[in-house]
Amino acid sequence: MKELRYDAVVIGGGAAGMAAALEIDKAGFTCAIVEREDHLGGILMQCIHNGFGLHEFKEELTGPEFAERFAEQVAKSNIKVYLGTTVTDINVQTVQYEKELICASPDHGVLKITCKSVVLAMGCRERNRGNVRIPGSRPAGVYTAGLAQRLVNIEGYIPGKEVVIIGSGDIGLIMARRMSWVGCHVKAVVEIMPYPSGLTRNIVQCLHDFNIPLYLSCQTTNIFGNDRVEGVEVTPMENGALVPEKAFRIDCDTVLLSVGLVPENELSKDAGVELHPTTNGPLVDASLMTNVEGIFACGNVLHVHDLVDWVAEESRFAGKQAAAWLRGERPLHQVRVKAGPNVRYVNPGKLDPSRDNKVYLRSMIVKNDAVLELRLDNRVIKTIKKGHIQPSEMITLSIGPKELEGYTENSALELALL
Amino acid sequence: MTTTFTHNLNPDLTTLPGTNGIPDYDVAIIGCGVSGANIARRLSAYKVKVAVLEKAADVSFGTSKANSGIVHGGFHHNKKYLKARLEIQGNLMFDRLMRELDFPFKRCGIIVAALHEDEMKAVEHLYMQGVENGVIGIELCSRERILELEPKLSPDVVGGLYAPGGGIVEPYRFVFALVESAMKNGVHVFTNYRVEKAERDVPRNKWLITAADGRKINARYVVNAAGLFADEVSRIFGGESFTIKARKGEYYLLDRLTKARPERVVFPVPTSVSKGMLVIPTVEGTVLVGPTADITESKEDFSTTSERLEQILDSGRKMVPSLSRNDVITNFAGLRPVLEEDFYIEPSKVTPAFIQVAGIQSPGLTASPAIGEYVKDLLKNIGLELTEKSDWDPFVERRPRARELSPYELDALIAKDPAWGNMVCRCEQVTEAEIVEAIRQGHTTLDGIKYFTRAQMGRCQGGFCTFKIIKIIMRETGLSYEEITKHGGASRVLEGEL
Repeated sequence: MKELRYDAVVIGGGAAGMAAALEIDKAGFTCAIVEREDHLGGILMQCIHNGFGLHEFKEELTGPEFAERFAEQVAKSNIKVYLGTTVTDINVQTVQYEKELICASPDHGVLKITCKSVVLAMGCRERNRGNVRIPGSRPAGVYTAGLAQRLVNIEGYIPGKEVVIIGSGDIGLIMARRMSWVGCHVKAVVEIMPYPSGLTRNIVQCLHDFNIPLYLSCQTTNIFGNDRVEGVEVTPMENGALVPEKAFRIDCDTVLLSVGLVPENELSKDAGVELHPTTNGPLVDASLMTNVEGIFACGNVLHVHDLVDWVAEESRFAGKQAAAWLRGERPLHQVRVKAGPNVRYVNPGKLDPSRDNKVYLRSMIVKNDAVLELRLDNRVIKTIKKGHIQPSEMITLSIGPKELEGYTENSALELALL
Repeated sequence: MTTTFTHNLNPDLTTLPGTNGIPDYDVAIIGCGVSGANIARRLSAYKVKVAVLEKAADVSFGTSKANSGIVHGGFHHNKKYLKARLEIQGNLMFDRLMRELDFPFKRCGIIVAALHEDEMKAVEHLYMQGVENGVIGIELCSRERILELEPKLSPDVVGGLYAPGGGIVEPYRFVFALVESAMKNGVHVFTNYRVEKAERDVPRNKWLITAADGRKINARYVVNAAGLFADEVSRIFGGESFTIKARKGEYYLLDRLTKARPERVVFPVPTSVSKGMLVIPTVEGTVLVGPTADITESKEDFSTTSERLEQILDSGRKMVPSLSRNDVITNFAGLRPVLEEDFYIEPSKVTPAFIQVAGIQSPGLTASPAIGEYVKDLLKNIGLELTEKSDWDPFVERRPRARELSPYELDALIAKDPAWGNMVCRCEQVTEAEIVEAIRQGHTTLDGIKYFTRAQMGRCQGGFCTFKIIKIIMRETGLSYEEITKHGGASRVLEGEL
């Protein structure tokens, strides 16, 4: 068993992992990326549509192009990349912040990597049929949208011809268009909520442009077929309850699920990292550090983002903070942030009042002319006009020393959407 | 390079010794669930030629794949029933079988939890029955004792029963191991062999058994272990006329990270219809909750329903309150073959050389090793001559599993075969080497590989590994994408190519 040592190890070589590792490397620390697939780029590699990079590179790129720009920088850096290598265990020592990662790889065998700092950048996984508890039979032809995307865009196979998509998440919408392009008939997108859960631009470009009907406030209540999917039963909802008399059947041979993403934190839990019950990502402080000293988190493993541009931005920051931590720097004070009315969550959970902090939050409501209110210890310190807000569009803002003026040790900043 | 399979799975019929090009067997066992597999494995110790005929694409694809996976404690049934006697005997056989066959089994003990003083009367009845049946170590428990045995129980529990000899088993892995052992000792297994016709060759005292795809074999004796379809098979052979009904049991499967995992199998107090809905800590670390019990019209209806799934959680939570909807990975249903109160295991009275093994519902899995023994004796009674083989090998090869290995052990395996380093299924930590081994053992459908290796069985339910497994199957077997199925038949996974 090979034993290796780095100052920091980044788990995951997607956009988040690469962005974080580049900053650690720039700061002069030794750094490794451990990636389980045989390539860098993560899930971007199967996202061959465009729309990536508008914020990061000020131009429209495809997923693989976006990934390539980062991978090129990684190649020029001193970062050591372990591909096809899966971290199976993280052991945290109580002395000297030592961490030990056990990894398995066909090329290297089992590696034991010790380091001071770990950046969690494992991304997320798709919620599946079991998670949303759709009853019915269990035939072939039920796939998550991301698996279908992989099959079509990378492996070159068409999973089915007559398709119903459950959930209106972005991957599902993108796949509605993709499946239409490869000659499949996408018969419906069924969404349980009264509003779509994907970005508005995707509703327009992927459904409207292809005349694909979107059934809102409808639940998929059955899947038919013994060998291969034969159809689904869709039941409308009124006043929050199912109306079984209005149930109808859509015949199809394939069901794609786009019912949300869950940060993949089994390894984090293993290392003793505490999770946020709403985001399922780690609880982090102003420097994106978890409750385990020296373990940082960024990208979709921290909370699910809408745009990779924001993943990159957040992860660069996490990388810088990991480097600062390795230099021995610690924030002097931190102010707690909490979710107020109509806010699902705020990330990170703490702010450093000595500098500007990038804050990400998600709305629980759909509203026009909404206002974001900042309240420091119940005192309104700022209101920001947000225009249209909805749960599928993340809201970002910067909060700095000006907003946090007059904070005390026990202060809490509440964010409210009104 | 394509894989060469074990030569006793679907052997080429034309090359086998027989009459007029049709191979001759001493015994044909119809159905390769847990009953058929145990009978086959038991007979493999003797100098007889045995064929197992399975209609599905893989073994253990019927009732044996979707059930509670429990080795029962021997107190649920009165020993006047054959099923109770076979249950008690079968239970005692599992330790030795596990050592020989290396399948996941654990005597974790069974608890029956009473939530009301009235229920304690029924519990006492079960206890007396257990004592009467000779169950080792069975005890009545006060509230204090039962909460000590199982702290995850509801504070409402008033007492109960504890049977330390009860246990849990991975049922499909048990069947796979039995089949592997049987094949290693010369038994032939034919899959996709749906028996369609049986003709009696009176002068030669043989059955000619034809499959739907035209394959034929001869057999002197036939065992009907066809589970849900034992009634149809009996009809085909001119045997007794009876009707097997399917009783559906729905289950929820919970992630191994759930806080609700008990240490022992938790039963409610049984009703007249069923043993009730249980909370089961599986050997592999997940939790099963179920089953329901509903007679269904169709023997192919494996659908779950929202009403029943709700009931499962409600019922489970009464006993173990920490069960959470958020921990659900998947739901599924199994069908139990129901004939009458008791098992129906005896030689046919109307057709020759034909043994009925029908109505094997609960506790069939527990009883199955004893069923193997019992049917072997029945065959002997009706004239099958049984001479022990001197070279019978009861052991199957122990297979390493990456998730159970130390880093040093895994490193040593990767040094020999890099496929051990390729973690195909991240949730259950299954490597490429284990997938390849499953395929070499003849499990070439996605479900077969799932049951053999656990890949696709974890929290992502195959979201990340399905395409990898498809590619490994294609590489190892030479199958085209159109031939990859979930569970055989028309369950095709891919519908086109770009």
